[in-house]
Amino acid sequence: MASEAHGAEEGGLVFHPMDQFIIKPLFGGDTIHWYTPTNATLWMALAVVAVVAMMVFGTRRRAVIPSRSQSIGELAYGFIYKMVEDVAGKDAVKFFPYIMTLFMFIVFANFLGLIPMSFTTTSHFAVTVVLALLVFLTVTIVGFVKNGAGFLGLFWVSSAPLALRPILAVIELISYFVRPVSHSIRLAGNVMAGHAVIKVFAGFAAIAVVSPVSVVAITAMYGLEVLVAFIQAYVFTILTCVYLKDALHPSH
Amino acid sequence: MATTTTDAASHAADAASAPGMPQLDFTNWGNQIFWLLITLVVIYFVLSRIALPRIAAVLAERQGTITNDIAAAEELKAKAVEAEEAYNQALADARVEAQRIIAEAKAEIQAELDDATAKADAEISAKAAESEKAIAEIRAGALESIQEVADATANEVVAALGGKADADAVTKAVADRMKG
Amino acid sequence: MEGQLAHIGAGLAAIGSGAAAIGVGNVAGNYLAGALRNPSAAASQTATLFIGIAFAEALGIFSFLVALLLMFAV
Repeated sequence: MASEAHGAEEGGLVFHPMDQFIIKPLFGGDTIHWYTPTNATLWMALAVVAVVAMMVFGTRRRAVIPSRSQSIGELAYGFIYKMVEDVAGKDAVKFFPYIMTLFMFIVFANFLGLIPMSFTTTSHFAVTVVLALLVFLTVTIVGFVKNGAGFLGLFWVSSAPLALRPILAVIELISYFVRPVSHSIRLAGNVMAGHAVIKVFAGFAAIAVVSPVSVVAITAMYGLEVLVAFIQAYVFTILTCVYLKDALHPSH
Repeated sequence: MATTTTDAASHAADAASAPGMPQLDFTNWGNQIFWLLITLVVIYFVLSRIALPRIAAVLAERQGTITNDIAAAEELKAKAVEAEEAYNQALADARVEAQRIIAEAKAEIQAELDDATAKADAEISAKAAESEKAIAEIRAGALESIQEVADATANEVVAALGGKADADAVTKAVADRMKG
Repeated sequence: MEGQLAHIGAGLAAIGSGAAAIGVGNVAGNYLAGALRNPSAAASQTATLFIGIAFAEALGIFSFLVALLLMFAV
């Protein structure tokens, strides 16, 4: 444990659960310019490699009777396609590649982040905020392009009593603009919290007496994190579909 | 925790400037956003240009194959049903034919039998008539013989009793008796 | 002193995460109860389940965010 470097702490347990999220330049140096390849860049690139491996190389034989790798690709395709169709409606199918891109990136970033010593790109608000803002902008633009001013009907709850409608409109407006916040922080928060908790348990492993407990706890948390990695990607995608449905069919 | 050890040096360097959470260090947001956008664009083009059309094509092809196979199976099933019907039809036809042949054969046999019976009857009646005639002749012969014998016997009996028999009267009396 | 107060505030804000956990538990529990009553309809409602969980969780996320801000940004 690098207690000397952190001069403030003295003796006892040393926890640095957040150190795993530090962004470092990949090829030495201290300053991070906007173009500097960092460890975040490396793991994003690995996510791209993984997506290409699964969706392009896995399906390269185009067999009618699929091989194992091809059926995984087809499973992912069918899973997201059905979700888009069921949740967002049949006319949302033209956004399917976009939603598939989001899902594949998040799910692979999450799973690659679970490899020990790796870096989890989706634990950074910079990444998830951009993903959520892209969805927010897409949904807003699509809503106005498809429905014109009628999209504002989303905020005007016509089923409520007339006196309540302005108040509800304010609430709906706030909840609309809060969407990207919860959308992004849900993903980053879940991933970051899980990884930080694992690191805290790892810190306890320094005490010989509790180290077996700590190892068991790390294993259990790791299992939970594998689940969370998928569920959060799923939730992000399905919320994107829900927002898209609002944009395409704004009437409540 | 090995990462912590290696991280420590750089962390010590930027610990003064960075807040406690690396996520809230806004100085490297530009860098992450830049690389993230590149990543997303690359994934989007790989998926929308190569992977998704390919998988869609494979799925459509499989659906087509399955539909074709089902259609072929339906056709074969229909053929099988047809064949069964034809078989049943043939069976029924054969049965009817067999019935007809049996009836025909029966009728023929009956006719032949009737013919033979009639012929036999005729033969039998002819023979019977012949036999009756022969019997009648024989009977007539026998009656004549009996009358002669009776005549002679009566003549003898009369002669034996000492009378002189009138042959004609005896004959007449015998004939009367025989009739009676 | 002010920093310590911020830490206390962060801890109080973290209670909100527990409240969100109650909400998520409610959603999942009621889903399970409904699914046991009518298992044939359960599969079609998993998407709704996750959407409900996500919305219930959103408010816990805000308390988490407040805690983070108090811990690191104030």
